Amino acid sequence: MHLELIGLGKTFVNGAQNGEVRAISGIDLMVEQGQFVSIVGPSGCGKSTLLRIISGLEKPSDGKVLLDGREIAKPTHDVGLVFQQYALFPWRTMAENIEFGLEIMGMGKVERRAIAEKYIELFGMQGFEDRYPSQLSGGMQQRVAIARTLIMNPKLVLMDEPFGSLDSQTRNDMQEFLIDLRNERNDTVLFVTHNVDEAVFLSDRIVVLSKRPAKILRTFEVNAPHPRDRTSKDANDIRREVIGILKQERMSASPVDNAVHALRKFSAVRR
Amino acid sequence: MWRYLPVLLLLCLWEVLCLLGTVPNYVLPSPVEIMEGLGALLTTGMPPGRLLHNHILYSLYRVAWGFSIACALGIPLGLLMGWFPLFHRVLSPIVELIRPIPPLAWIPIAIVWLGIGMRSAAFIIFLGAFFPVLLSTASGVLSVSPILIDAARTLNANQKDIFLKVLVPGSLPSIFVGLRVGMGVAWMTLVAAEFSGVKEGYGLGFMIMTARDIQRPDQIVAGMLVIGVIGLIVDWLFRAWEARLRPCV
Repeated sequence: MHLELIGLGKTFVNGAQNGEVRAISGIDLMVEQGQFVSIVGPSGCGKSTLLRIISGLEKPSDGKVLLDGREIAKPTHDVGLVFQQYALFPWRTMAENIEFGLEIMGMGKVERRAIAEKYIELFGMQGFEDRYPSQLSGGMQQRVAIARTLIMNPKLVLMDEPFGSLDSQTRNDMQEFLIDLRNERNDTVLFVTHNVDEAVFLSDRIVVLSKRPAKILRTFEVNAPHPRDRTSKDANDIRREVIGILKQERMSASPVDNAVHALRKFSAVRR
Repeated sequence: MWRYLPVLLLLCLWEVLCLLGTVPNYVLPSPVEIMEGLGALLTTGMPPGRLLHNHILYSLYRVAWGFSIACALGIPLGLLMGWFPLFHRVLSPIVELIRPIPPLAWIPIAIVWLGIGMRSAAFIIFLGAFFPVLLSTASGVLSVSPILIDAARTLNANQKDIFLKVLVPGSLPSIFVGLRVGMGVAWMTLVAAEFSGVKEGYGLGFMIMTARDIQRPDQIVAGMLVIGVIGLIVDWLFRAWEARLRPCV
């Protein structure tokens, strides 16, 4: 597996106001097999848009996404996407949710259930197979969503703030679960989060994005072996630096914001 | 059990007022008289010889026809309206134009087109049930979260898979609301449609009108009760069916 983003940019056209919003701009990134790469950035900076483009759900305005040298133009099961809101099918039981992709492939009922059972066991969810998503805890729902993606054995797993709506204890458990899972399967993961601690705990590499239009500001390599100590000095150093960059990014206003600000001041004086 | 006490008290008060002659029984028969009327409908029939259960069967038969056609057209059209925005834009003005016309206002033209009888009754019932079914189905499709469609797409679903495995099950709760509302309207429309004449000489609406013609208020009210109870049972069956189909959501 080899993922390459070349000069990726996205501009949204707002039909109603005839305006344009530049969401991301000139993103170059390479991810190799087995890497865990986190993307952090100020909220609303276009991180989710970036993942949607890589997954093929959205088309880039410029540049391209290459997976093993082939351009991604539409969603494929080679690229899995785990959503923040879980996006489970509420009318399907846990097992039926996990089997969805296999069912689409046309696999028989018995066969796909056998595979799903393996994932349910690996994810420690036995006994809940016939429950509906609304009957599961948030952490369990997200595990179902991850299993539903991984059962397709995607070459690349995208995760869009998957633990964003979990409480901090569950979030820590899920992070550790994800590390174990990765040791087992050696998946390649591109992980979007706004939580710097999470990125430092999980990743081999952290990519820091600017605010809109999102560009890559800096990249950090994290070499500490797993399991990591959340409070070690190295971890803290990286955390401090990333948080510093993000804070600066929030403080510095864009040229447009400056212009609006100046204009407001001006009209206030005249009044 | 206590919540039925007011009903019981009301029935007692009603019976007493009738016994004292405060309310003359040609205006409102007493509960006991109504029950006797119901008994007469079951045994003697109204008009004599045409028993209650046959009236019920004919009425249900008409509703079944009109309602089935309303579903057979309303659900697929609603799904298409929800799925294709263009289809929605084209169909909406037509729907909005026809929908405000009460089904009963169609009776004269239905009789001109289809004659008095089964077909025109089914047509009127169809008109009553069609729009709730159509609009609930369309709004059900529109209410399916786009993120579920995205999730299905990343799992390799094509348009057909998305339609059959995401949009249809996702809009099912809304479709059921449409079916229940549509069935309610169908039932209401039925009785009125039968007031205006039936060829077969059977039907609950026809039965009530006959009872009016020969001045039997007890049987009129008994007929009304039967209509209410059947409506309740049908709605209850629908809800039970829905609960079976969607055990949890």
